Amino acid sequence: MATVITPAGQRHVERLEKIWAPRAGVLGWLMTTDHKRIGIMYFFTALAFFGAGGVEAEIIRTQLMTPNNHLIGPQAYDEVFTMHGITMIFLFVIPMTTGAFGNYLLPLMIGARDMAFPRMNALSYWVYLASGLFMYYSLANGHAPNAGWFDYVPLAERAFDPGNNIDFYGYGLIFNGISSTMASINFIVTIFKMRAPGMSLNRMPLFCYAFLATSLALLFALPSLTVACIFLELDRELGFHFYDPHFGGDPLLWQNLFWIFGHPEVYIIILPAFAIATAIIPTFSHRRMVAFPLVALAEILVAFLGFGVWVHHMLTVGFATIVYVYFTAASLIITIPSAIQIFSWIATIVSGKPQFKTPLLFICGFIVYFIIGGLSGITLAAIPFDQQVHDSYYVVAHFHFVIFGAAVFPILGGMYFWFPKVTGKMYRERWGQVSFWLTALGTMVTFMPMHIVGIIGMPRRNWTYPSGLGWAGYNLSETIGAYILLAGLLTIFANLAWSLWRGEPAGNDPWGGDTLEWSTTSPPPVYNYPVIPTVSSPYPMWDTADRERDNRRLERGEGLMELGHQTPSSTVQDAELEEVLEMPSSSIWPLLTAASLTAVFASLVLTHYWIAAGFVVVLGCTLIGWHWESLSRHGVMAYEQEAHA
Amino acid sequence: MLNDHSPQAHDIMLLWWWMLGAGAVVLLGALAMLLIGYITRKRPGLPFFGTRESVPQIMVLVFGIAIPAVVLVVLFAVADVYLVGKTSPPSPKSTAMTIHVIGRQWWWEVDYPGTGVVTANEIHIPTRTRINVVATTGDVIHSFWVPSLNRKIDMIPGRLNRVLLYASNPGAYRGQCSQFCGLEHARMALWVFAQPKAQFEAWLHGQERLAAKPSTNAERLGEAYFLSDQCASCHTIAGTPARGDVGPNLTHVGSRATLAALTIPNTPYWMSKWIANPQAIKPGVQMPDLGVPPAQIKDIVAYLESLK
Repeated sequence: MATVITPAGQRHVERLEKIWAPRAGVLGWLMTTDHKRIGIMYFFTALAFFGAGGVEAEIIRTQLMTPNNHLIGPQAYDEVFTMHGITMIFLFVIPMTTGAFGNYLLPLMIGARDMAFPRMNALSYWVYLASGLFMYYSLANGHAPNAGWFDYVPLAERAFDPGNNIDFYGYGLIFNGISSTMASINFIVTIFKMRAPGMSLNRMPLFCYAFLATSLALLFALPSLTVACIFLELDRELGFHFYDPHFGGDPLLWQNLFWIFGHPEVYIIILPAFAIATAIIPTFSHRRMVAFPLVALAEILVAFLGFGVWVHHMLTVGFATIVYVYFTAASLIITIPSAIQIFSWIATIVSGKPQFKTPLLFICGFIVYFIIGGLSGITLAAIPFDQQVHDSYYVVAHFHFVIFGAAVFPILGGMYFWFPKVTGKMYRERWGQVSFWLTALGTMVTFMPMHIVGIIGMPRRNWTYPSGLGWAGYNLSETIGAYILLAGLLTIFANLAWSLWRGEPAGNDPWGGDTLEWSTTSPPPVYNYPVIPTVSSPYPMWDTADRERDNRRLERGEGLMELGHQTPSSTVQDAELEEVLEMPSSSIWPLLTAASLTAVFASLVLTHYWIAAGFVVVLGCTLIGWHWESLSRHGVMAYEQEAHA
Repeated sequence: MLNDHSPQAHDIMLLWWWMLGAGAVVLLGALAMLLIGYITRKRPGLPFFGTRESVPQIMVLVFGIAIPAVVLVVLFAVADVYLVGKTSPPSPKSTAMTIHVIGRQWWWEVDYPGTGVVTANEIHIPTRTRINVVATTGDVIHSFWVPSLNRKIDMIPGRLNRVLLYASNPGAYRGQCSQFCGLEHARMALWVFAQPKAQFEAWLHGQERLAAKPSTNAERLGEAYFLSDQCASCHTIAGTPARGDVGPNLTHVGSRATLAALTIPNTPYWMSKWIANPQAIKPGVQMPDLGVPPAQIKDIVAYLESLK
C-alpha cells in the first residue's frame, strides 16, 4: 500500500521539499548529488553507448553477411569489433546496471535518502562519461583500439601496433576503472550502512544482495586490470619488458592479469541481472521468493567463486593438464549456485500466480537464454571440447547468450518494470509484448547458428571468410537475426519514448510490488521518503501494517529527519539506528575534478608527461576545493531564511 | 569438425553429442516448467502438490543442487579426467615423427627437422601415424587448429607448445589460425595433406632436393630477376644465393596448392597478380608492392612455377 499524505503530513512534506529543493536548470544537473538524477544521467549515457555498440554490432554482422564481403576492410573491422566489446562491457552493461539501475533504485530499496557518498557518486558518473568519450574520440579519429577487448600482447605492444590506438585502450580502461572503483565502494558502504532501521541483513531484498556481490567483485577484480594496463603502457611508452619474453617478461602475464579481472567481470555483468530478476519475479508471481536464504547465499557465492576460475579462458596456451583440471573443476562448481537461482526463479513463478506482463516475459526470456548460455558454458569446462572450439564462433554464441540473453534481457525488462516509477507514466503493454517476442526471436536467430558454425571450424575475430566451407548460410541467418534484434530494441525504445510523452499516469504502485520504492510517489521526491520507512521483512511493501504505521508517523511528525539533508545510518548486521547523517548538497567540484582527471589522461595519451604532471597538480587543487567547501546546505539555508522571515 | 577424421576429433565430437543431449533435457525440462507456470497461472501453488511451501523448496534442492552435482561429477570424470589424455600433448616416445610449425603474420612456416625440408602453409603427413607438432611463433600469438583432426594449440612467444596430429584417412584437411593476430588474421589458413606412407615419403624426398635449375629461357630470366631484385632479400630458394628469411621459403613453391596462406590458388595468373600487387589481394601483408615491370613478372612466375 502506498503512502497517503494527510493535511497534517502535508506540512512536513512541504518542509522537506524546501530543504531538498534542487538547483534549477542545467547547472542543477551539472552539480547534482541526487542519486536519482545521477542514475538518470547514467541511464542516458549508457543508452547512447549501447546505441554506438549496437551500430558496431550491425556493421560487423553486415560485413559478415556474405563470404568475401568488402563492406569494410580489415583495418576498420578490427577497430569496430574491439570497440564493440569495450563499449558493451565497460560503457554499456556495467554503467547501465550499477550506474543507472543501482544508483536509482538501491537507495530507494533500502529506504535511504541518498548514496553514502553523494559527491563521489557524481564524480564516478563524470569520470565514466569522460572515459567513454576519451575512448570514442580515438574511434572518431580512426585510431581506435584494434587488438580486441582482450588486447593480447605482443600484438598490442608497440612493435606490432605502432599507432596510439592501444594507448587509448590502456589509459581508457585505467580511467574507466577509477569510476567503477568509486561506484563499487559507494555501493558497498551504502548497502552496509545506509539501510533503514529494521532492515537487518536477513531482511534485505535480494536485489541488494546481488548488488553487494557485484560491487565486492568489481572492487577486487579491477586492480588486476589496472595493473595489467599500467604494465602495458610502461612497455609501450617507456620501453619496459613486462610482456616481452626476450627480456625475461612473459606474454602470458597479460593473459593471467587480464582474466583474473575478466572472469569475475562476467559475474559483475550477470549479478545485477539476477538482481533485476529477483525484483520482478516475486512482484508478478504474487508470492515470496522460494528459498530466499539459498538465493542470497548463491549470489554472494557466485561472485566469490568467480575469482578462482580465470584459467578456463586459457585452456589452449599449453599449461600442464593438471592446472586445467583444477580450474575446470572450479568452473563446474559455479553451476550449482547458478542452478539454485534458476530453479528458485522457476519454482517461484510456477508456484505463484504469475501475470505474464512484459517485464516478466523478459525475465522468462532471460531464464531460458541463461540456461542455454549456462549449458554451453558447462560444455566449455570439458577440457577437450574447449580446446577444440576455443576462439571459434561457438564461444561467441556462448557469451552472447550469457551477456545479451542473460544480462541485457533483465535490463530491458527492468526498463519496463521501473518505467512507471521513474517517469510516473505507464508504457503500452501490447507493444511491450510485441517488443519482447521480436527481441527474443532476434536473439535466437542471431546467436544460435553461431554454435554450429563454430563447431564446424569458423574462428572468431575474422573480418571475412571464404566461400565453400559451409559457413555462409549460418552467417546470413546471424545477420538477418541481428536486424530482427534491432527492430525489437527499437520497438522497446519507441514504446518507452511514446509513453513518456503520452502514457497514462501510473500511480505509486502499479504492479503491487514488494520493495520499498513502490511506497513513494512516482517519480520519487528528491528526499525519497517523507518518513524513514519501517521494515520488518524483505518484502516491506507487502507488510501493510508497517506502511500504515509510516503514514501515522508522518502525521505525527516522527522519523522525518527534517533538520537538513538528513538520512539515517544503521549498524551493519542488525540495522539498528546508529546516527543521523548530514548529506552534502550539490556541488560543482566533482565535475571539475573529473575534468582535470580527463586532462591528465589526455596529456598521457599524447605523451606530454610534464603537462600531465601539471594537471595532476590541478586535480589536487580541485580535491582541496572539494573538501574546503563545507557541507553548505543550499536547502537548509533556504529553509532557515524562510523561518527568519 | 563435425566431419572428424581422427580418433581424437571423433572422441571430442562424441563428447559433444552427449553433452548436447543432456543439455537438451535440462532446457526442455525448464521450458516445460515455465509452460506449466503459464497454464496454471490463475491458481496459486503447484499442480498435484498444491500450495505446500516445502515442495517448491525441495524442487530447488533437487534440481538446483542434487541433480547438477551428480551430472557435473560424471562430466568431470569423463571429460576432464578420462578424455583429457586423448588431447593432451603426445609423449615424444609415442610419436613417429616431429614437425615444427611456426606461425608468422600471416602465414605458416613448416619445418621437417632432420630433413632440411622447409615449406609453407601446407603440412604433408603420412596417414595413421602419430605426429608430434611443435608449435611456436615468430611474432605475435597465433593458434594452430585443424578442426577435423584434433584440438587447437596456441603459438606463444617464448614457448614451444605441442599437439598431436593424426589422420585416419588420406585427404586434405583445412586449418586456420584461431587466435586474433592482426590485420589478416582472417586469411591465415593452411592445408594438412594426409597421404599414404609411400606417397608421403616420395613427397618428402622431392622436397629435400635443391631447387630445380631453370630449363627455358623465360625461367632463366626469371631466376636472374628474382636473384637481382628485392625478392631474394626476403625469400630463400635452396641451391641459389637467395637466403632471405622474412617470407616463405620458395624452394618448391611450384608444388604448393595455394599462395598467401590459402588466400589465392597457386596458378600463374594469380601468382602474377600477387607479385604485381600483393597489397591489393591481402592488405597489410608484409610483402610490399614492388613495382616489378609486367614483362619481368611473367618470367619470374615462369621460374617460380617451375620449382616443383
